Amino acid sequence: MNTSSEKVTEKTEKRDDGDRDESQRRQKAMIGDHFDKLARAKEDGKKVVYTFVPGNLTELLGALDLLPVLPEINALQSGMRGRSGKYIAEAEKAGHSEDVCTYVKCDLGMLKSGNIGPTGQKLPPPDVLLLSYTGCFTFLKWFELLKQEYDCPVVMLHVPYQPDGEITDEMRKYVVDQLEREVIPALEKVAGKKLDMNELSRRLELSAKAEEDLVWVWESARNTPSPIDGYFGGVYYTGPIFSSFRGTDDATDYYKLLRGEIEGRIARGEGPTTPDGPMGKEKFRLVVEGPPNWTNFFDFWRMFSREGAVVVASTYTRVGGLYDRGFRHDPKKPLETLADYCLGCYTNLGLPTRVNLLEHYVKTYKADGFLINSVKSCNSFSVGQLLMLRELEKRTGVPGGFIESDLVDPRYFGKANIENRVQSYLQMLEARMSRGGDLGKATSGFAGILESAAAQAEGLVTLGRKS
Amino acid sequence: MSQETFDSILARARTLCDDRKLETVKAWKAKNPGGLAVGHMPVWSPRALIEGCGALPVACFGGGDQVDVIKGDAYFQSYICHIPRSTIELALAGDLDALDGMVFPAICDVIRNLGGMWKMLFENKLSYYLDLPQNFDPKLGGKFFTLELHRLVRELEARGAPKLDRERMRAAIRDENERRATIAELDELRRKEPHRLRASEAYLAVRAGGTMMAKEHTAMLRALLDAAKSRPARKFDNVRVVVVGSFCEQPPVALIVTLERSGCDIIDDDLQLGMRMLEGPIDLDASEDPVECIALAYLNRGAASASRYIGDLVKGRALIEKVKQSGAEGVVFAAASFCDPALLDQPMLEAALQKEGIPFTTLKFAENTGQFQVIREQAGAFSDSVKLWGAA
Amino acid sequence: MKCVVGIDLGSTTTKAVLIDEEGRPLSRGITNSRSNYGVASAAALADARTAARFSFLERAIQGSTGVDSNEARAALPRLFEAFRLELHLDELTALRDAIHVELDRNLLRRVNKSVLGPAADLVIEDAKGEAPKLFAPGAERRSEFFRDLAAAAFIAGAEKLARKDGTPFEPLVGLFDRAILEVETRLRPRNEESLLRRGLSRVETAPVVRAILEVAIGRAVTEPLEEVAFAGTGYGRQTLPFPKPAVRSEILCHGRGAHRMYPGTRTVLDIGGQDTKGIQVDEHGVVTSFQMNDRCAAGCGRYLGYIADELGLGLHELGPLALQATRAVNINSTCTVFAGAELRERLSLGQKREDILAGLHRGIMLRAMSILARSGGVKNEFTFTGGVCRNAMAVKLLRGLIAESYGSDIVVNIDPDSIFMGALGAALYALDDLRAGHPQLLPTFEPTGMLPPPGMGGECANCESSHDSAHQHH
Repeated sequence: MNTSSEKVTEKTEKRDDGDRDESQRRQKAMIGDHFDKLARAKEDGKKVVYTFVPGNLTELLGALDLLPVLPEINALQSGMRGRSGKYIAEAEKAGHSEDVCTYVKCDLGMLKSGNIGPTGQKLPPPDVLLLSYTGCFTFLKWFELLKQEYDCPVVMLHVPYQPDGEITDEMRKYVVDQLEREVIPALEKVAGKKLDMNELSRRLELSAKAEEDLVWVWESARNTPSPIDGYFGGVYYTGPIFSSFRGTDDATDYYKLLRGEIEGRIARGEGPTTPDGPMGKEKFRLVVEGPPNWTNFFDFWRMFSREGAVVVASTYTRVGGLYDRGFRHDPKKPLETLADYCLGCYTNLGLPTRVNLLEHYVKTYKADGFLINSVKSCNSFSVGQLLMLRELEKRTGVPGGFIESDLVDPRYFGKANIENRVQSYLQMLEARMSRGGDLGKATSGFAGILESAAAQAEGLVTLGRKS
Repeated sequence: MSQETFDSILARARTLCDDRKLETVKAWKAKNPGGLAVGHMPVWSPRALIEGCGALPVACFGGGDQVDVIKGDAYFQSYICHIPRSTIELALAGDLDALDGMVFPAICDVIRNLGGMWKMLFENKLSYYLDLPQNFDPKLGGKFFTLELHRLVRELEARGAPKLDRERMRAAIRDENERRATIAELDELRRKEPHRLRASEAYLAVRAGGTMMAKEHTAMLRALLDAAKSRPARKFDNVRVVVVGSFCEQPPVALIVTLERSGCDIIDDDLQLGMRMLEGPIDLDASEDPVECIALAYLNRGAASASRYIGDLVKGRALIEKVKQSGAEGVVFAAASFCDPALLDQPMLEAALQKEGIPFTTLKFAENTGQFQVIREQAGAFSDSVKLWGAA
Repeated sequence: MKCVVGIDLGSTTTKAVLIDEEGRPLSRGITNSRSNYGVASAAALADARTAARFSFLERAIQGSTGVDSNEARAALPRLFEAFRLELHLDELTALRDAIHVELDRNLLRRVNKSVLGPAADLVIEDAKGEAPKLFAPGAERRSEFFRDLAAAAFIAGAEKLARKDGTPFEPLVGLFDRAILEVETRLRPRNEESLLRRGLSRVETAPVVRAILEVAIGRAVTEPLEEVAFAGTGYGRQTLPFPKPAVRSEILCHGRGAHRMYPGTRTVLDIGGQDTKGIQVDEHGVVTSFQMNDRCAAGCGRYLGYIADELGLGLHELGPLALQATRAVNINSTCTVFAGAELRERLSLGQKREDILAGLHRGIMLRAMSILARSGGVKNEFTFTGGVCRNAMAVKLLRGLIAESYGSDIVVNIDPDSIFMGALGAALYALDDLRAGHPQLLPTFEPTGMLPPPGMGGECANCESSHDSAHQHH
C-alpha cells in the first residue's frame, strides 16, 4: 500500500540493461536468437515441433535438429505483455467456454490474430505436434484443437501418472517403448534423418552438467539471507532449462555463469534482485505452491518483495523437471532417462508426493510460512490444494496462506483482493514471529482491564460488553 | 399387466439410483462375508475385472441434487465441478463406508487429483488410479494397460480378494458381455420406438445396475425390455436427438425429462459412459489372459469420449456416424459446468456437425441444478426449429 | 485525555473507535463510505470524537447528586438528538451553498439558473423545517447518515414543487446529486461547542437543570482529547490514505477486535457486503489462519440486497419474513446474477415468499460454512460479525448448522455492535505501536475533490503494467 507522502514513481519495471546481471543478458540473447531461427525456419529448411514444457524432450529434438516451440511459454509471454486478454476474448468469441484453461484460449486467440510471437516475429506453423502427455489432461485437448487448425501429424507420448510416488518398471517401459517404436520414428520422418544415439547422449551429458548447477542455485536459498528468489526470480532461472536449450553448450554455460553470480551474492551477503532493484532486508522466508500469475507478474512480485518476503523454494519451477531430489539426465541410458525425466515432472506427481515435497522444502529451507497461489485455469495444480494447505500446516507447524488468481486471464487477478490476502498473511506471520514481545504485554493489560469496574461503567455511546 | 411390471421395475430402479447410503452394497456384503466392494467413478472402469476378482463393483455417480454439500465444499475452490464435492461429502458422512476401495479412472485432472485426496483422507481404503491408455497399439498401450489391470488385481488380492482365477474371470467377462448386449437391445428399442422406452426411463434402469453384479442387472434389464415392448404406448411427435456431454457428473433426471417434454426423443446419449463404454463384447479369443482381453476391448471397442485421445481419427466423425446411424435429427450438447473435457471438446464437435449441416444446441448444467425453465425454453425452441427447418 | 484511534474503511460504512491508553473503549463513530477516503475517515473520526465529548458531558454531571442532576442526566439523550439536529441543519446549509456553486459553475445551457436556484432554496428551507421531526424524541430515522436523509428530503421536496408549479424535477434532483458529492468529499470542521449550545437551547428543561448542563458543556468542550496513536484498516479499491506503518490488514483487525469483545473467541465469521471471511485467532487474538470467498461475491450481504430489491422490501425485513417459512425450499445457486431470475421463477410457480427466502438464506449460510471449513473449522467460541449478523434468519440457520457440524457446545457470540470490531482491532494495534515506542498519527487531510477515474489504455498510473483497454482495477 502506498501513501500520499511517498511519491514513488512506479516505472521501475523497465530497467536499464546495464542494471541486469550478465546471465540475464545472456538469456535474453539466447531467446532472441531462438526466435530469429524460428522466424527463418522455412527458409533454412528447419522443421518445427510444437511441444509442452512438462515432459519436454529437448535433447531428442536437438539431436534431430528440430526447432521447438512451446505454446505454454507463448501464452505466458502474451500474458506478461498485456495481450492475453484480447486473445482470450477472441477464443471465447469463437465458442470456447469461460470455464476452460486460459493458456489454451490465449494460444488459439494468438493463432487467430496472426500467430505473432513474443518478439514480434511471426511464429512458424508446426511440422509436427509432439503431444507429450505429461501431468496435464488439458494438453490432450490443446493439441487436438491445434491439429484442427494446422492439419499436421500429431505424435502422442503417453507418460503415465505417478499416483504412489514411485516409477514402476511398467511405467518406464511403456514410455521407452513408445519412444522407440513411435515417437522417434515419427520425428525422424519429419526431420528427414536418423537419430544418432551418441549425439543424444552427448546432449544428455550437457543437460546433467547444467542440472548440477541449477540445483546448486536452488539450494543456495538455504542461506540466510537467501541470494535468490526461488519463485519470481526462479522462473527466469528455469527458462533455458525448460525451453529450447537444455542439452546445449549455451544452456550449460548459462548455468555456470548464473552459479558464479549467485556465489558472488552469497559472498557479499546480498539478497535477490527485485523489480525495484536489490532486495532490502529479508523479513520473511516463504515456500510457494502453484504457478504465478503472468498478467500482473511484477505487481504480484512486489507484494512480496516490498514487504521483505523472499520465496526460498517453489514447486512451479519444477514443472519442467524435478532435479533437486537426485534425478539427473543419464547419458548412459538415454531412453530410460528421458522416460524418468518425464515421469518425474511436478504435475505428474501424486498429491501425497507433492505434499511431501513441500514439507521437505519448508523444513530444509527454514521457511517461516508457505503460500498457495490457486490458479483457476489449472486443475492439475489446483484440485486438492485446500487439503494440501491443511495437511502442510499440520506437518510443518507454519501458517499457510491461500490466494486465488489465474494464469493469463486479466479478469481473474483482483489486485485489491490479492493484496489484502498477501498483506494479511504477512502481518499474521509477523505477529506470530514477534509473539512474546509487545503483543504479550499489551494483551495482559487488557486482561486486567476487562475485569475492572471502570471498564464496565461506560458512557452513552461506547463499546465493550461485559464478558 | 406389462405396464404394471414396467412401472414396478422402474420404481425399483429409481430406489436403487437413490441409494446413497449403499444399502444394496451392505446387503451384498452381508450375503458374501469377506467380499470386497470396490467403488469407481463414472466413465469407464473395468467392472468385469472387479467381478472377476469376486468383488462387487459399485458405480459412484456423485450426490446429485439430493445432497447438501457442506464439508465437501471445504476441499474445492469454486471453479471446480460439483461431483467431487458431493462424493467427498458422502464419504465424510460415512455413506461410502461399505466400500473397501475406490477406482479413479483417468477422466481428467479433477478426478485424478481426487484420487490423491482420497489416499490422504481415507488411508485404510484402497485408492487406485487407473491410467487409461492413450496409445492404442496393442503391443504398447495394450501391454501397459494389461499390466495396470493386473496391478489392480493384485491390490484387490492384497485386501482379501481370492487369487486370480482365469475361469472365474472369463465367467465374469461373459456376464458383462451379456449385460452389455442387453443394454444394446435397450438402445435399439430407444432408437426404433422411442415412445416405448424413454431415455429418462432407460437411464434409471442402466444406472440402477451400478451397485449390482452384471448377471442380476441383466435379469432386471431383460424384464424391463419385455415389459416395455408389450405395454401400450402412445407415439409422440418429437424430434430425434442425441445428447452428448462425455458425462462424468450426471445431470438430474429431471433435466433429461425436461428435454423429453420439450419435444425431444433422446434416442442416443453418452450419459452412462461407465456402463456402456465398450461398444461391443469383450473378445475372449483375443488372448489366453482374460485380463488382457479386457485391456484390448478397451483399446479396440472403447467409445469416443472427451477423455480418450482421438489419435489419427477425425474429431467428430464418431458422433456424426452415431447421428446418421441412429437416424437422429439433431444434437444437444450438455456439459457440466467447469468440465474441462466436455467444454474443450465442444467447439471441435460443433464445428464437425456444422460442416455436415447437423443442427445442435448447447447447454450447461450441474448435478444439483434446480432450475429447468431456461433449459425447457431452449430445448423447446431447438426442437421446434428442427421440425420446421430440419437440417438448416 | 489521551486517546488512541482506529479507523476501518469499509465498502459501505467507515467506522472509527477511540480507546484510552489502557485500552478501554471510549467512543465510536460511523459514517457512510464515499469516494474520498480521507474525508470519510475524518468524518468517522469526528463522529467518534463527538461521542467522546458526550461521555465527558456525562462524567461532568456524574460528580453531582440530587434531583436536578438526575434530570440533567436524563436530558442528555434529548441534548444528543438536538445536537444531531443542529449538525444536520448545518449540513443542509452547506448543501445549499454547494448547489449554488454548482449552478454558478454549470455550463449546461439547458439549466435555468433563475428557476432552479430559488427552487433549490425552497426545497432546502422545507427540509430544514421538517428536520426537527426527524430528531424528535422517539422518532425513527431510516438512516443515520446525512446523505440518505438529505436525499429523501430533497426528492420529496422536488416532487412537491414539480406537482405545485411544474418545476423541472430531473434537473433539480441532478443538482442535488452533484452537490451532495461536493458536500461529502469536503472536510468541514465541526464546532462542537457551538452545536452543543444551540442544541441545548432546543431542549425543554427547568432553568436550574439548564444551568447544570451549561456548566457541564463548558467543561466537556474544554477537556483536551489528544490523539496519541493511530492505525487504519479497510479494503478499498484505491490505496488507503494512511502512512504505511499505520495500516493493518482488516483481517487482523477484525480478529483482534472480535477477540477483544469476546475474549473466548477462536473463530470469527464476518459476512460483509461483498466478502465473507472465516478467521481463526489464538488466545491473544492474533490471527492464525483465514479464508475469504474468492472473486465471486455470491452469498454475501449484497446478495441479500438484490433479493430485497426484487421483492420491494427493506433489507431489515428479509430476516423476519424468512422466519415465517413453513417448508424448506432448496435453492442451489447463490449466484447474484441469477438471484432475480430464480426468485421470479419460483414465485411464478406459486412458492411462497417466506419459503423461498428461507431457502436463499440457507444457501448463503451454507457458503459461509464452506469458507469456515476451509479456514480451519469452527472452534469454541465462535463470533459472528458483519452486517448480516443482524439478520435473525441468518443467525438461526447458522446456529443450527454449527451445532450440526461442530457440536452444540460451541458458544455463539453475536453483537449488533460487531460492525465496529475492525476499528477496535485497529485501535488496539495502534496501542501496541504506542507502547512499543513508534506510534503513527492520522494525517491531516486537505479538503480535496474527487479522485480522477483510472486511466484507460496505455501505461496505467496505478500499476505500471502495460495493458490494453481491457485493463481493469478491481
